Amino acid sequence: MNLPVTNKQGGPPGKSGKWGKHVIEEARGRAFVYFCVLLMVVTIFSIVFFIASRGLTPFISQGVSVKDMLFGLKWKPEGNPPLFGALPFLFGSFVTSVLAALIAAPLGFCASIFMTEIMPKFGRTALQPAIELLAGIPSVVYGFVGLSVVVPFLRDVFPGQGIGILAGAIVLSVMILPTVTTIGTDALRSLPSGLKEGSYALGATRWQTIYRLILPTALPSLLTGVVLGIARAFGEALAVQMVIGNAPHIPRSLFESATTLTSIITLEMGNTTSGSLHNNALWSLALILLLMTFLFVFVVRMLERRVKR
Amino acid sequence: MIIEIEKLHLFYTEFHALKDVNLSIPEKSVTAFIGPSGCGKSTLLRTLNRMNDTIPGVRIEGKVELQGKDIYSSELEVEYLRKRVGMVFQQPNPFPKSIYDNVAYGPRLHGVGKKSELDAIVEKSLRSASLWNEVKDVLKKSAWSLSGGQQQRLCIARALAIEPEILLMDESTSALDPISTTKIEELTRELCRNYTIVMVTHNMHQAARISDRTVFFLNGEVVESADTQMLFSNPVDQRTEDYISGRFG
Repeated sequence: MNLPVTNKQGGPPGKSGKWGKHVIEEARGRAFVYFCVLLMVVTIFSIVFFIASRGLTPFISQGVSVKDMLFGLKWKPEGNPPLFGALPFLFGSFVTSVLAALIAAPLGFCASIFMTEIMPKFGRTALQPAIELLAGIPSVVYGFVGLSVVVPFLRDVFPGQGIGILAGAIVLSVMILPTVTTIGTDALRSLPSGLKEGSYALGATRWQTIYRLILPTALPSLLTGVVLGIARAFGEALAVQMVIGNAPHIPRSLFESATTLTSIITLEMGNTTSGSLHNNALWSLALILLLMTFLFVFVVRMLERRVKR
Repeated sequence: MIIEIEKLHLFYTEFHALKDVNLSIPEKSVTAFIGPSGCGKSTLLRTLNRMNDTIPGVRIEGKVELQGKDIYSSELEVEYLRKRVGMVFQQPNPFPKSIYDNVAYGPRLHGVGKKSELDAIVEKSLRSASLWNEVKDVLKKSAWSLSGGQQQRLCIARALAIEPEILLMDESTSALDPISTTKIEELTRELCRNYTIVMVTHNMHQAARISDRTVFFLNGEVVESADTQMLFSNPVDQRTEDYISGRFG
């Protein structure tokens, strides 16, 4: 320590007292990290506050009841009297998202198993990049493909116009497939390798090992992927809007037009003036979306806790 | 002789891991493989239930016979082989299921579905692994809640549940504390009345304590194979003597 060495900056040696270089570095790094965290927290709370303050106005001061909004069937914001029944949107969002998850989950699970258990090398080199690519395609492209491939197909095969709930769900299922697959693959890869060996050593075939041991063990993680997929589907606006038909009523079949929370917000937000009842009612829908997202995050947390146990 | 190994060579792509191994393993006894790390003792153990099949790039020449049948012939199903040759690993690896389901896993694979039958197998196996008294009231609890030593005995019970003829133990006590180790050593002595046990150990004293025969490996070759007492008191090969007297390894 007492050797007369100079440090790299050429400064005098041995001056690492109370305000030595490393102390300043430490403080600077810490300040930077704290600043970033603060910025994030402030942003999130601002968003929540903003949406809540706008979204709650119709209920507090503009005479719309929560019950009417959640369970009302008619959406006529410019009518006399104005009606704000959002049930058709809620219904549309829920049904398309859950349906999309039901389509994507088995496909995603199978893809994950294929990539980790059946052909790990091919999976890592070919399939994984392909799926990551799928995640990067803009939603308008998905919507366009849906409109030009899925809708005509449904129109030819099933009754109706082709546009509707099922078309939306199919497009969404492709969009959330990467989420389900990627999280599933990570979950399967992180299983302790001793598990599989233990199963094989007992004379299990590969298939027996997969469905008796690997799938049950990884199920909570796999479901986490599905819930995140539903969350993404719930918030997706553009692609669904292009193929669902945007008819504000509750459809009686999968092939009828419907609409979603996100569609109605994007379609109508531009035509309203800020502060008007109609505008605020759209913010209420946004608030519902936000609360749903919180719910999904909560479910994911619960699932993760199950994984850890 | 329940296992006969003849002129066995094993390659990991280019690396010649086992060189011309000739070995016989007697029935209902404990055979210990000793030798320094990387000498091929675990590799040989894993050829006996074909666990090396899962490693890409492994090539095997020569013959391994189990009761006169070549285990590498295409007529023999590897699942059937592994039902007859059970294995316990270095790290306890119970499944994230209940204690009961861990033991019942093997029998269920091989077609036992009746609850009463499974109950009987689970109790018998846990008794054989001298774990029954500790867990009989908590069979529904997760196997991961057990201690390391208990987990390893559970893995032994799990292996015994499919009634193998041979039990392979791959350094099965090296991750355990001394008390658990003693328990498993005692258990091994008991089990060899009904099972043929082949164990790999890096602990010479363990081999001396519990094995009937000891095989000394060095650089993928069998240097010496003899009755344990003979090998430790009167080794024939100079290298064996050097190893057991602690001059290397």
